[in-house]
Amino acid sequence: MRAFRYHRPADVADAVALLGAEPQAAYLGGGTNLVDLMKLGVQRPDVLVDLTRLPLDTVEELPDGGLRIGATVRNSDLAAHPAVRRDYPVLARALLAAASGQLRNMATTGGNLLQRTRCVYFQDTGKACNKREPGSGCAARHGQNRDLAVLDWSEQCVATHPSDLAVALTALDAVVQVHETDGPRDIPITALYRSPGTHPERETTMARGTLITAVRLPPLPAARRSTYLKVRDRASFAFAAGSVAAVLDLDGDLVRDVRLAYGAVAHRPWRAYRAEQELRGHPFSPALAARAADAELAEARPLRHNGFKLPLTRAITVRALTELAAS
Amino acid sequence: MQGGPENATTTDAGHASRVVFEVNGTSQTLTLDNRTTVLDALREHLGLIGAKKGCDHGQCGSCTVLLDGRRVKSCLVFAVTVDGRSVVTVEGLAEPGELSPLQAAFIAHDAFQCGYCTPGQLCSARGMLDEVAQGWPSAVTGDLDAPAELTDAEIRERMAGNLCRCAAYPHIVAAVRETAAGGRAAAR
Repeated sequence: MRAFRYHRPADVADAVALLGAEPQAAYLGGGTNLVDLMKLGVQRPDVLVDLTRLPLDTVEELPDGGLRIGATVRNSDLAAHPAVRRDYPVLARALLAAASGQLRNMATTGGNLLQRTRCVYFQDTGKACNKREPGSGCAARHGQNRDLAVLDWSEQCVATHPSDLAVALTALDAVVQVHETDGPRDIPITALYRSPGTHPERETTMARGTLITAVRLPPLPAARRSTYLKVRDRASFAFAAGSVAAVLDLDGDLVRDVRLAYGAVAHRPWRAYRAEQELRGHPFSPALAARAADAELAEARPLRHNGFKLPLTRAITVRALTELAAS
Repeated sequence: MQGGPENATTTDAGHASRVVFEVNGTSQTLTLDNRTTVLDALREHLGLIGAKKGCDHGQCGSCTVLLDGRRVKSCLVFAVTVDGRSVVTVEGLAEPGELSPLQAAFIAHDAFQCGYCTPGQLCSARGMLDEVAQGWPSAVTGDLDAPAELTDAEIRERMAGNLCRCAAYPHIVAAVRETAAGGRAAAR
């Protein structure tokens, strides 16, 4: 591991200024991804700016019925928060389906969103990876790509975004509050992540040094009827083979509103707008849910080993929505 | 909050820091390369070899300790970041020469074979039981708003971050279950 200097910024502006002044500095949150990647030699910062003592660790219920989640709120605290459990069960379920108890106690809200989009080839410095080393090639494209993308991948990168939290926040139209050198800005989470294209090393639309300070959830009463369904190769402590975040608002059996987002299918959390469109305004049935998922996945291009993700994603869409309709 | 910027005194071109933190109730002062994890600080600098280095990547759980009372994987925490904080390892779960109820239950239920993962299992279970006492739900909790009932399925899910190569899992579940029941009985 490369030697690094360590800073504890006094406030948000100080943190952003430190990153601006140090071209190879990195922010440190809970460290569950960054420290691992530093040990592997995949990330080599020469300065760490420790964010965990900034006063960004509270969850605030907003007058409009929404929620503001500070960037350093730990995943475990967020999952246990009464307002999250009551008003946004999809969020609590996504958090609880992720990682392990110890890691949830460490991982922060902002850090979870900015964990690297990655695959096992990215983590192996002995393999070609355009994300780790632009222009070096992609060992995953024709390698063991069972876990990788089926939608929106490029010849340069087929990695998937691993966060469960980000999938739930994508379904909820969360707004990411950031601080840049020239002040604060709001970014809809649906505009936060990039497709891999020819620059898979760029994972978000944020400029380097931008600091996430909070995530704001708009009020969404329908989210009281919401869930997160995650399928894994083992029962616990594994990344998703497929996942879906779902909010369903029924008027009788008519779909008044629906929010769907998929995990484990693309380089970013995948908002299923086309599936939502197929469902909205129609009487709900499991068959309609299956048709909606098929419409969303119509442009999927499975890799050699991951064709199973299409029927899997369709199946969990049907199951999640059918369970919500019956609840 | 303890440990402002002035407490992390840096030396050696800024690549090392003086760290003051509490370990099992005793204040410790170390000057460490910033790359030193809490796990290495405990094992290599303080002679506390209870916490084990298994995968060293946050996957196996054998390095689990309590940081400010909460279970974490000490292999993924840089020691410089815990300046001013408190760490409890397996050596601090009970008074010297004594066993906590959890440790006694592990022995009574034969909840280990080689014992390598056991310090991590014990610290993780201690932290987990506190999480249950606070009403935290898990991935297998049916009703997110109801008080968590510690079924075997709940114990297994909540302990998923600790691997046991000897596969003593059924006995670990039994030991944790008994400890939790005893704790509830004591609370009544």
